[in-house]
Amino acid sequence: MKHALPVLTVLLAIVLAWYLAAVALNAPWAQDQAARAGTNLTPTALLHATMVQERPVLPAPHQVAKGLWDGIAGQKITSKRSLVWHAGITLSATLAGFAIGSLAGILLAVGIVHSRVMDLSVMPWAIASQTVPILAIAPMVIVVFASMGVTGLVPKAMISAWLSFFPVLVGMVKGLRTPDRMQMDLMRSWNASRAQMFWRLRLPSALPYLFTSLKVAIAAALVGTIVGELPAGATAGLGARLLSGSYYGQTIQIWAALFTAAALAAALVAIVGGIERVTLKHMGLAR
Amino acid sequence: MAVIEAQGVSLTFQTNDGPIHALKDVDLTIDKGDFVSFIGPSGCGKTTFLRTIAALETPTSGRIGVNGLGADEARRARAYGYVFQAPGLYPWRTISGNVSLPLEIMGFPKADREERIARVLDLVELSGFGGKFPWQLSGGMQQRASIARALAFDADILLMDEPFGALDEIVRDRLNAALLELWAKTGKTIGFVTHSIPEAVYLSTKIVVMSPRPGRITRIIESTLPRERPLEIRDTPEFIAIAQQVREGLREGHSYD
Repeated sequence: MKHALPVLTVLLAIVLAWYLAAVALNAPWAQDQAARAGTNLTPTALLHATMVQERPVLPAPHQVAKGLWDGIAGQKITSKRSLVWHAGITLSATLAGFAIGSLAGILLAVGIVHSRVMDLSVMPWAIASQTVPILAIAPMVIVVFASMGVTGLVPKAMISAWLSFFPVLVGMVKGLRTPDRMQMDLMRSWNASRAQMFWRLRLPSALPYLFTSLKVAIAAALVGTIVGELPAGATAGLGARLLSGSYYGQTIQIWAALFTAAALAAALVAIVGGIERVTLKHMGLAR
Repeated sequence: MAVIEAQGVSLTFQTNDGPIHALKDVDLTIDKGDFVSFIGPSGCGKTTFLRTIAALETPTSGRIGVNGLGADEARRARAYGYVFQAPGLYPWRTISGNVSLPLEIMGFPKADREERIARVLDLVELSGFGGKFPWQLSGGMQQRASIARALAFDADILLMDEPFGALDEIVRDRLNAALLELWAKTGKTIGFVTHSIPEAVYLSTKIVVMSPRPGRITRIIESTLPRERPLEIRDTPEFIAIAQQVREGLREGHSYD
């Protein structure tokens, strides 16, 4: 309850500001229409007109809410107009990309920590890979895969993995390197093998860092998937929904898809956070 | 019988500011069951020498023999238990789990591990704390747990690098007395690095005074105190006389500067 009040206050302020912005942004079109029809709008009629447009510049919150409700509850889940169906498509590619990306990030980090050659050679390339604008790369990845006859989930998952491996790599390298000299010396004095050092010291030390990175990575994976759904006229997924919305000026549809994506990201991050809490608590790392 | 023999041990670190002579021509023999303290100002190489014995550093020249083996062979034969200034317990393992760690690495069977954990925790008076996590224990208790960990696998040499340096005087007194008791019970050979003259005199059978630039031994003092040492022994004239010798040794070292 103590936390609810500030959150609700902010939410209320946002909704209020949103309504005001909707009125301001949608009014010119309403006045334009009235002028063409040769009528004059009373302030109340103008206010009403800004709230019910079919393709408003900025849909009012209740319009987006209705769009969301229609998309989620108003359709059969298997329908192409169902947001749940689109979200499911996006989710599957996100999870696949997240799995590939995280695994790649962890394996590269293990290599970097254990091999000086990899330390010097991999990191610059990993950083370079993230400086390439994903929007530029995504269509090429889709096209290349399509030319090999691979479409659907896999190319999207690759773009998603491209974005999600990096935070895992950076966090995991940092985490695997946290054991200090003293702890390594202790292991040495017991004549521990490198594998024993890894499994019993480096890996457990790295877990808190890993979880933090995974939270960043899963959100990045969702962004990657949506970007992967934009080009080449994809017909399914939240990205496709955003794209078709913008083709046809369906602003309500765009906003509904945006909110679905945001809710999906929040849910995914929360799930990783939950696993983190349980794991660290089980390890005695959470107080 | 000599357990540790150092002959002409020198160690030079190459740094960007030129070579640092951490150790120069160090000769020392440590007998079985000795309690040897290394004392001297910072940079005198006492920690480096201890690390060299444990094969955590490799001497540039000279040789170190442990139980008739080379230092690194002895490390691989797990001849040392090493205790650092910080307890270095794994926060994700309980006290028992931490003591169990070297045993797991060395491949002791489970039943044997449990028996050993119980025995060494009893030795450092931590019975009943095995299920606690390190952060639930005080600093002194954590350090005792780290000593238990070093004792668990029955290495006959215990090397301690300022193990009580971070603890307050009162806790330190108690742990010193406990350490002597433990030494009497186990008969281990102990190498002990310290900054404190009373600590060195109270604990040791042999006090090695070292001085810096280059790190070397300036004086070796054989203690005449009996092995049985109540805390009050620190007020006896004999104790004060030995402390006086140590202080002189430290002063000698400084006159080289």
